[in-house]
Amino acid sequence: MELSGSEIIIQFLKDEGVKHLFGYPGGAVLHIYDALQKQDDVEHILVRHEQGATHAADGYARATGKPGVCLVTSGPGATNAITGIATAYMDSVPLVVITGQVPSHVIGQDAFQEVDAVGVSRPCVKHNFLVKDLNKLAETLKKAFFVATTGRPGPVVVDIPKDITAPHIKIPYQYPEKVEIRSYNPNFKGHPRQIKRAVELLLSAKRPIIYTGGGIIMADASQELREFVRKLGYPITQTLMGLGAFPGTDSQFIGMLGMHGTYEANMAMHECDVLICIGARFDDRITGVTSKFCPYAQIIHIDIDPASISKTINADIPIVGGAKQVLIEMLKQIDMTELEVDKTALDAWWKTIKSWQAQDSFAYEQTKDLIQPQAAVEELYKVTKGDAYVTSDVGQHQMYAAQFYHFDEPRRWINSGGLGTMGFGLPAAMGVKLAFPDKDVACVTGEGSIQMCIQELSTCLQYDLPVKIINLNNRYLGMVRQWQEFFYEKRYSHVYMDSLPDFVKLTEAYGHVGIRVDHPDDLHDAMKEAFKLKDRTVFLDIITDQEANVYPMISAGKAHNEMDISPLQQKVQASLKAKGELV
Amino acid sequence: MRHIISLLVENEAGALSRISGLFSARGYNIESLTVATTEDQTLSRMTIITTGSDRIIEQITKQLNKLIDVVKLQDFTEGNFIEREMMFVKVKADGESQRAEVKRLSDIFRARIIDVTDTTFCIELTGSGDKLDAYIRSMHENNIVEVVRSGSMGIMRGEKALTL
Ligand SMILES: Cc1ncc(C[n+]2csc(CCOP(=O)(O)OP(=O)(O)O)c2C)c(N)n1
Ligand SMILES: [Mg+2]
Repeated sequence: MELSGSEIIIQFLKDEGVKHLFGYPGGAVLHIYDALQKQDDVEHILVRHEQGATHAADGYARATGKPGVCLVTSGPGATNAITGIATAYMDSVPLVVITGQVPSHVIGQDAFQEVDAVGVSRPCVKHNFLVKDLNKLAETLKKAFFVATTGRPGPVVVDIPKDITAPHIKIPYQYPEKVEIRSYNPNFKGHPRQIKRAVELLLSAKRPIIYTGGGIIMADASQELREFVRKLGYPITQTLMGLGAFPGTDSQFIGMLGMHGTYEANMAMHECDVLICIGARFDDRITGVTSKFCPYAQIIHIDIDPASISKTINADIPIVGGAKQVLIEMLKQIDMTELEVDKTALDAWWKTIKSWQAQDSFAYEQTKDLIQPQAAVEELYKVTKGDAYVTSDVGQHQMYAAQFYHFDEPRRWINSGGLGTMGFGLPAAMGVKLAFPDKDVACVTGEGSIQMCIQELSTCLQYDLPVKIINLNNRYLGMVRQWQEFFYEKRYSHVYMDSLPDFVKLTEAYGHVGIRVDHPDDLHDAMKEAFKLKDRTVFLDIITDQEANVYPMISAGKAHNEMDISPLQQKVQASLKAKGELV
Repeated sequence: MRHIISLLVENEAGALSRISGLFSARGYNIESLTVATTEDQTLSRMTIITTGSDRIIEQITKQLNKLIDVVKLQDFTEGNFIEREMMFVKVKADGESQRAEVKRLSDIFRARIIDVTDTTFCIELTGSGDKLDAYIRSMHENNIVEVVRSGSMGIMRGEKALTL
């Protein structure tokens, strides 16, 4: 088969099983768009901003486990895509981003719409390529998919000069079934002796805790994790990125940990004697101040990326390997060993944890006339029966969504954890909806974040992607306001969102349904209505309490046991103290 | 502590910037970096001199290994290795006594004078970084016109080798 470079790209994507391509055309990719137009196997989704393309592909990838694919033009197309590439990089999401480049012979001459895409993206990609030879195009694309999807996944940029895609230059094409990269060999297995040591340590624990992250989800290791946690009977906490891998409604799950995690999860981290971390990376939002992190614990760390191990927190037993393979091996070893869980110690440990749980650290004061943001998420959870895909933006609303939507399945909770990218939620929801058209997809957002990629409402209409936007509208850049309240004596500097658009009218202008709700009594019906309109994109503008805060909170320089707790929990603790029952 | 890390790297355009970019992005020290192709045209050999605590050095080697372009890596510091650096020094040399003094010093250091004019000498010297430093110190500061140093490169002693 003789094909042009453009035809090779399209044919390769077909052969690779790519069904959807998120993109935006421009001069450097005109030849590719011409080839796209002549076929129907790969569906192209025309976004409204290249950032939207990368987030949509990212949402698609997180929800399906397949790589997300984007196509953008050179120069501003490539730079607009950077935020989304960096977002995927921080959360280890497999993306392949094809960027057009100016023709080879003018590279380096400051040609129109020239930017060094390989250079600009270098710090935020797993790898990138500049295609210099048409004969290497197919192989390079295959390498890109191979690198993006294996080991610790991540985004890969393939920069393709326009002349490489010229329609009149044709070469023989064959789909490269396999590629090898001599320097790239991810290790999945984990060292057997280390695994044995880990199992021995785990079974010797008196106050164990299992701490897992997004790596479980990326490795599709939820089943193995569930078996592991249930077999041991130990408490499990998950990071923001890991929610859903282990069911949120299971009694062994003691909630998310970290800056806005549950009181019980953070206290248990502080007091544990053995910590096993699987597919998480001891990020600063998780550890609090590292010098006071888990002072009594021996630490087992399992990660596919050796560089994640002992980066911020030293591991006593490091295991480099895939979460799935290592868990399978650990399960085997637990069955084989004579050692047993210390039941008495574990019972006592659970008793302590339950007493922390009883303080109900997420509890909030219900109000008669004002909608509390937490209540809105609880309503969303009820109406969707806990079965929706939920994307989010970044801010207080994101934390409320993580705290109050109890994800029972992996790949349901889709948010920008590492980079914290406002603007992620709506395009990500589009990507999810495209993958799962029959599922409810909600984007929990704030009036600040939604305006960062609101133009994608137009894409929702064009491609019939009826997502539900749950806007927790507090008229503030709430998370920033909260920090200014706590740490800057309420000097609210540029966080008030004045002159907001009328979101209902705005949504209507985009051809969708807008619903505004500002009273607790109307919340349930409005939420129901939004999800009843199955084939419409609905913008639910929920006017919430302006000064609600996210609790608990570990602030800078503090340890897990030094959380700021809510006023409500403070009362609970005071009364427990009075009775001499505070643990 | 000072470490000498030797790498085999894909001989590709972006490889060097990936490596130097990693050091600057993560705030690692870099004392020197040398690179050139090997007998295998697809590979470059690089020597990096860096300093840091054990933990930082561990991160540096892990992060370097993570780069797709890095084929093989070894930290020589613990082992038995040879390290050399090359230097050119151009010095003022006018007047008999000054010329004789430079020659005498160069002999002591086993340096070679490789270019001569009426007013200057250019000297080539190979050795450890310390030796090169010592040579420079021995010259009167005012006499030095320019100094060009290659940065260190290293190789394992004996049969051990960093090869594919
Ligand atoms: C692109 C980007 N810019 C700035 C920030 C910093 N930031 C974090 S949360 C936040 C406020 C978000 O406001 P909103 O979307 O209204 O959410 P709320 O906290 O009010 O729920 C800001 C500005 C960010 N995370 N991302
Ligand atoms: Mg807000």
